[in-house]
Amino acid sequence: MKGFVYLPDVVTLELDQEACIGCGICPAVCPHRIFEMRDSKAFIRNRDECMECGACALNCPVRAIRVDAGVGCASGMINTWLAGFNIRLRNDDSCC
Amino acid sequence: MSYIVPPGLYAIGEPEHDSPVVVTANYKMSYDLVRRTMAGRDVWLLVLETYGINVWCAAGKGTFGTGELVRRIETTGLSRIVSHRRVILPVMGASGVKVIDVKQRAGFEVLFATLRIDDLPEYLDNGMSATREMRELTFSLSERLVLAPVEIIGGMKSFPLAGLPLALLAAFSSGSFSINRFAVALILYLIAVLSGTLLTPLLLPLLPGRMFAVKGAVTGCACSLACAVILGRSPAVGPVDLAAVILMMTVVSSFYAMNYTGSTPFTSPSGVRREMQLALPAMAVTGGIAIILLAARAVFL
Repeated sequence: MKGFVYLPDVVTLELDQEACIGCGICPAVCPHRIFEMRDSKAFIRNRDECMECGACALNCPVRAIRVDAGVGCASGMINTWLAGFNIRLRNDDSCC
Repeated sequence: MSYIVPPGLYAIGEPEHDSPVVVTANYKMSYDLVRRTMAGRDVWLLVLETYGINVWCAAGKGTFGTGELVRRIETTGLSRIVSHRRVILPVMGASGVKVIDVKQRAGFEVLFATLRIDDLPEYLDNGMSATREMRELTFSLSERLVLAPVEIIGGMKSFPLAGLPLALLAAFSSGSFSINRFAVALILYLIAVLSGTLLTPLLLPLLPGRMFAVKGAVTGCACSLACAVILGRSPAVGPVDLAAVILMMTVVSSFYAMNYTGSTPFTSPSGVRREMQLALPAMAVTGGIAIILLAARAVFL
């Protein structure tokens, strides 16, 4: 994304180009334009820009894409972690 | 106040059997935005049950998902109302909706239109084709600030948990309580929260570091230094006070900046996990030192 890059070399995105059938759904669903079609195969342009939303892997008809999908949200992770200790912070008016 | 709209099929204008079907979440703000943007057009609006959660977050949780979309198409009898077999979804819903499954189970083709609702009219006018810009996320100043009130309110909720106990501790010096010290400490905590929840998002692309915790520590440290310069003029404020103020404000700002990862559209969960593994211990140590300084000052310094 223009002007914003998060931590390098942490993203779990993987593409199996052998398995790719070139349907073109991954560039259509990716909000960061990670994928590009080259010679009827998907190609990863910039892996570090991936936010692991999982739209590509979910929609790939031949499961050529693998990513540990989730939401990149520290407070969400802290709440999940606290819930593991049976601590719940009230979170009524959150939209997330 | 309820932010939930009943799920189902709504008409905007006077849609006919060939009018487009736009899909959204039943979060009131999402629903209102679509209605406002589509005003003056004849469009069907299919609202999914996401329990009042926005499209992006609901897609991540799977409630704005294949199952709910298929179910809602069936329960509303959409195939009897429209003659075509297309539904238009926001791109941010793609992480919950599997296009080929919707086609197989409900017979409807899913079109992912645009990222931003503002681009939807142009997308429809262009014969449902998106330009490159409509499919590329941005994070402009106004987009960064629109979530600031939520972040600030969230930060203020930590007042009774963290701000108040800290201010109470800071109010004591050499065993005696001072209401002035208490009030100043509360204000400093407030400034640190604003540094993490407002100043950091505002300056986000200009701040050094990839980690949000680092960016927040930079703004927090800058704010605390400015405060220390002002406070240092008072003879009642000692070097231990100033050290504690700088350390604690840096930690609080850094923590809330790290929380801001949840409001950005470019942080990956793997990255946030890595950041938390590095930043949380550093925050705990720094905050711990600040509390030890304050406690020492409270009792005998």
